[in-house]
Amino acid sequence: MKYADYYAALGVERTAAPDEIKKAYRKLAQKHHPDVSKEAGAEDRFKEIAEAYQTLKDPEKRAAYDALGQRPQGEEFRPPPDWARQHGASGNGAENFSFDDVDFGDLFERFGARGARGAGGGRGPLPGQDFEVPVSISIEDAFRGTTLELSLSMPEYDAAGQLRRVPHNVKARVAPGAIDGQRLRLPGKGGKGWGGGRDGDLYLDISLKAHPFYRATDHDLYLDLPLAPWEAALGATVEVPTLGGTVKLKIPAGTSAGQKLRLSGRGLPKPRGGAGDQFAVAQIVVPAQASDAEQKLYEQLRDQSQFNPRRHFGGEGA
Amino acid sequence: MSDEVLWLDEHRVVSLAELVEVSGLSEGEVLELAQVGVLPVREPRGAAFTFSARVVTVARTACRLRDDLELDTRGLGVALRLLERVSELEREITRLRAQLPGS
Repeated sequence: MKYADYYAALGVERTAAPDEIKKAYRKLAQKHHPDVSKEAGAEDRFKEIAEAYQTLKDPEKRAAYDALGQRPQGEEFRPPPDWARQHGASGNGAENFSFDDVDFGDLFERFGARGARGAGGGRGPLPGQDFEVPVSISIEDAFRGTTLELSLSMPEYDAAGQLRRVPHNVKARVAPGAIDGQRLRLPGKGGKGWGGGRDGDLYLDISLKAHPFYRATDHDLYLDLPLAPWEAALGATVEVPTLGGTVKLKIPAGTSAGQKLRLSGRGLPKPRGGAGDQFAVAQIVVPAQASDAEQKLYEQLRDQSQFNPRRHFGGEGA
Repeated sequence: MSDEVLWLDEHRVVSLAELVEVSGLSEGEVLELAQVGVLPVREPRGAAFTFSARVVTVARTACRLRDDLELDTRGLGVALRLLERVSELEREITRLRAQLPGS
């Protein structure tokens, strides 16, 4: 396992008083809490801070942590064989204790108030931990529905009440209609409970991956529709991609750039029936290199047209 | 065989007991937050409170903020209102961005 310097995580001296540790945690937690901060890496930083505080705020856990000595952050190490027995785990399976599959952050769970309850054998059930996992799916998968196969590593209490990392494979069918920000709950698929405690739940936080054509907002989709100037001016029928296949869209004569043309019911399906809409946003695109004939036709149009797109600005030449 | 998946949206209803169980809040905290409107109650079914399953996410956030930042229910009420306001504004930005060509 990798050593974590909890004092450094909280920015306090190893001799810090409990009040200093509490103050340092409060200050850092307010800044980095993932529900509050949108800074990159806030969640990982908060996990470090919270893990450090959970251990250092409890005198028994702190004593067990201090007994490991000071080491460089991230150094691979194993606690001495008699460490678990010496620090409060006596009679809780400490004789056969091994550090296999134990995460450093979970190591101190067996000490202190919670640990004593969990590892004490019969002094009360412990519920399994809930987990929230961000999952990114494509817009096509949101449209058709998809089955997610997740390989997760979750802490589980062993017979002695020690948390160990255990691989969990979860298969979750996401029906058509998930949108960005959709939350799903898988009851009982979080960490296993201990001593009769209920199993935790797994929460999936769905986000939609960026798509080269479509931009999703709730169940509606937006797509840029490039049009030649003459298609926009004269009207046309063009083929437009939708998630359900290509459809023909009638472009009314006199369509301007930015105008939104609605394809009703062609957006993402809604879980209880119906669907959002797809909007084609007109973009007038001119050829980068006009042929001689096109150039002449443009010049002819310029010379004959009375159209002034800047009339509303007022003034000469506007 | 896939595992059971529950959608936390406005179509699913959760009872007060279920919300208490999955959120980690106490019944008193849920009711207090319901009273100030941050955990909106659906039409009460008889004497029992029910909530939209969408509220589960808010209640779980409340529990995290309570535990991690040591906020009381009054502090939670303010924090959750502000977070909801931020979410609304983010959704509005996403909606407006989606309409911008080439974005």
